[in-house]
Amino acid sequence: MAKKNKKTGNNNYVNSPPTGLQVIFREFMKDKLAMFSLILLVVVILGIFVWAWLGIDQQQLLRVSLRDKFAEPGEKFLLGADQGGKDIVGQIIVGARNSMLIAIAITLITGVFGVAVGLICGYFGGWIDNLFMRIIDFFITIPQLMLIIVFITVVPKYTVGAFILIMSLFLWTGTARLVRSKALSESRRDYVQASKTLGTNDFVIITREILPNLSSIIIVEMTLNFAGNVGIETGLSYLGFGLPQSTPSLGTLVASANNPLVLQQYWWSWLPAALFILLMMLGINYVGQALRRAADSRQRLG
Amino acid sequence: MWKTIVRRFLIMIPQLFVLSVIIFVLAKFMPGDPFTGLISPQTDPARIAELTEKAGLNDPWHIQYMRWIGNAFQGDLGLSYTYKRDVADLIGERALNTFWLSLLSVFILYLIAIPLGILAGRYQNSRLDKTIVLYSFVTYAIPTFVLGLIFLFLFGYKLEWFPTSGSVDIKYEAGTLRYYWDKFYHILLPSFTYAVLGTTGIIQYLRSEIIDAKTMDYVRTARSKGIPMRKVYSKHIFRNSLLPIAAFLGFTITGLLGGSIFVETIFGYPGMGQLFVSSISSRDYSVITALVMLFGFLALLGSLLSDIIMSIVDPRIRIE
Repeated sequence: MAKKNKKTGNNNYVNSPPTGLQVIFREFMKDKLAMFSLILLVVVILGIFVWAWLGIDQQQLLRVSLRDKFAEPGEKFLLGADQGGKDIVGQIIVGARNSMLIAIAITLITGVFGVAVGLICGYFGGWIDNLFMRIIDFFITIPQLMLIIVFITVVPKYTVGAFILIMSLFLWTGTARLVRSKALSESRRDYVQASKTLGTNDFVIITREILPNLSSIIIVEMTLNFAGNVGIETGLSYLGFGLPQSTPSLGTLVASANNPLVLQQYWWSWLPAALFILLMMLGINYVGQALRRAADSRQRLG
Repeated sequence: MWKTIVRRFLIMIPQLFVLSVIIFVLAKFMPGDPFTGLISPQTDPARIAELTEKAGLNDPWHIQYMRWIGNAFQGDLGLSYTYKRDVADLIGERALNTFWLSLLSVFILYLIAIPLGILAGRYQNSRLDKTIVLYSFVTYAIPTFVLGLIFLFLFGYKLEWFPTSGSVDIKYEAGTLRYYWDKFYHILLPSFTYAVLGTTGIIQYLRSEIIDAKTMDYVRTARSKGIPMRKVYSKHIFRNSLLPIAAFLGFTITGLLGGSIFVETIFGYPGMGQLFVSSISSRDYSVITALVMLFGFLALLGSLLSDIIMSIVDPRIRIE
């Protein structure tokens, strides 16, 4: 802050605090590793979507060719082929796109629901707050992973949509709890009281006055949730309870390592996908950490 | 104090009740019926009707639920269709395996996390501290199954330091020293995987706790009495930071239970997590319902344990 004041002071600007985007930009400039992660993530995600959209014929990708069974990495296949003679690179690209899309969908659904519940509970308090807090406590203590798996096996017509909904059913509670605690302290501030005195209705106070003040926390939470959701989706697909078999996912690629022979001898069929997941998780989490620091003035580096 | 514990215990009961109802309803929705394997297409329909009546499947659902819960309380969890054995016996055997695995995991976890947390806090902002913070970040971000597979590939198959699956080699006779050593040897790599993944929280907590403690009055007093800094760290600060760390134990247990599904599957370890995955695949419903119920109970117990330790350590959070 001091630096900024001096600079603007010399130029005779009107002194105003830096906007949210400026703070985030400065934080990333200061932390080179976070900047690197951000650029890498943007390039990789864009690359995956463009490549999967333009360069890959799904039908051809999923065609089984026994002649190429476990073909070694080389000219025909950059990273070799799997048990069905299918190209690993193509499967990683399409799988990564599917995993990303699903994680984004889950993040958005749980984000919207969690923020809505959190805001309502934090602002109004009372019985509705009590009710939702009991529900959230319950969700947090039960073995979520097991129940998700049981749900998945029970659903009669299992599709990608059903998978997203089941995951969302269990994963909204963290966001709701965080937003609720922030909204609770925010709704006791003077500006909210003043607004109430002026007769502003509750809906406007919540959406136009409290929500913008929580936006930075929500962005951080959703970034970290996104990383978590990628992890849970790939994990479940790895166990065989994620995406339906016909849809390639990073997790299903890694799952071929469940066969000890594949794990040992045909490392190219699972290791690249595993390392790709690792890289994505590190990148997203690192960006999330930098955003978190930017959102809290005491932790900022820049 | 006791009031808090009793109060906290009473909250557990409705939670367990709701969980049991959810599991019961889910079990009813599961495809197939409990006689799969006992009957064939040649079986007389009258015989099937008789079996259904005898098993009480024609009763209203609340009566079926009461019977299920009643039996569960008496330790009768039904029969496993794939293993053709009593579910309680089957789980009991697997539970012991999971217990040893978890115990060693927790041990290694604290063995790694406590020194690293202390060092990071003591030499704050040094290169060592930055390395430890980076380490705890990486272990936080990495998914269980990715690390497990990489460890298995690297240490199990490539370097051949550890056995790659099972809980004990069959060539050793039960009860001998070699037998126990081999058991220990088998759980070493899985528990190390667990431990590495679980260290993040404890390292970060201990680090910030020690950084805070440095400026506390009691530390200054001890210093001014002439106690060397080394002793202040090992005696005064360490003891003060240790109790909150113990409170993490409950959360660690909850985390271990969730992670056991992945770790036991990857390392082919015959514990409860692996039993769950294989039962889902073979649609062995009586085992699934019993396991989910047990895991739910243990998770609730874990959070209860954490709350109790917390309220002993920090009187401010006791329920009034």
